[in-house]
Amino acid sequence: MEVPAEMRRAMVAHALFCYPEEACGLLAADDRGRLRMAYCLTNADHSARTYTLEPEEHFRALRHAEARGWHLAGVFHSHTHTPAYPSPTDVARALEPGWLYVLVSLQDRAAPAVRGFWIREGEIEEEPLAVRPGETVEVPQ
Amino acid sequence: MSVEVRIPTVLRPKVGGQAVVTVQGATVREVLAAMEAAHPGFGPAVLEASGELKRFVNLFLDDEDVRYRQGLETPVADGSTLVILPAVAGG
Repeated sequence: MEVPAEMRRAMVAHALFCYPEEACGLLAADDRGRLRMAYCLTNADHSARTYTLEPEEHFRALRHAEARGWHLAGVFHSHTHTPAYPSPTDVARALEPGWLYVLVSLQDRAAPAVRGFWIREGEIEEEPLAVRPGETVEVPQ
Repeated sequence: MSVEVRIPTVLRPKVGGQAVVTVQGATVREVLAAMEAAHPGFGPAVLEASGELKRFVNLFLDDEDVRYRQGLETPVADGSTLVILPAVAGG
């Protein structure tokens, strides 16, 4: 799946901003499945080990996406000290088989890793992420 | 009151795969009771045995979190939309 460079930057910047807590957010895609927006949300847990999307912000992101003809297509969060790979907690709490689960690892904070996965019925499958340099995401107002 | 209930992916198997279900009810609690009546097994997915809303289930009635209104006793207007959003979480 292609990830616009500015979306990758937004996810990494949010992860660094929220450190030492885990960062989290949602991803929206258009009707062709192209990623269009990374919503950087509040981790309601304010924890270095777990995250829960702040419900009101989750709802606002849903509304924002749908108003533009998009849909929520994934969730991202950071691992502050472990690799960019779904933890057992991530697998246990994954409710959306159609969502891309993006992990941002700050294990090496100078070079954060970003990887994508599908989590279906307890199984993890990596989705290679191709970053499109210079891509500009147009956001209809 | 006719209410449109938006069903999250994880709960759709409990309502025959539908994304939207229309039921009747004067309060959020009545709407959920109507959902259970129409689709037995739906209620326990969103409510505790005590009848309270599960902690990891969020309900938005016409864009407002019912926890900040009157909870399950929040009155429902005809034509309202109730969005069920399970908490998105991980570790």
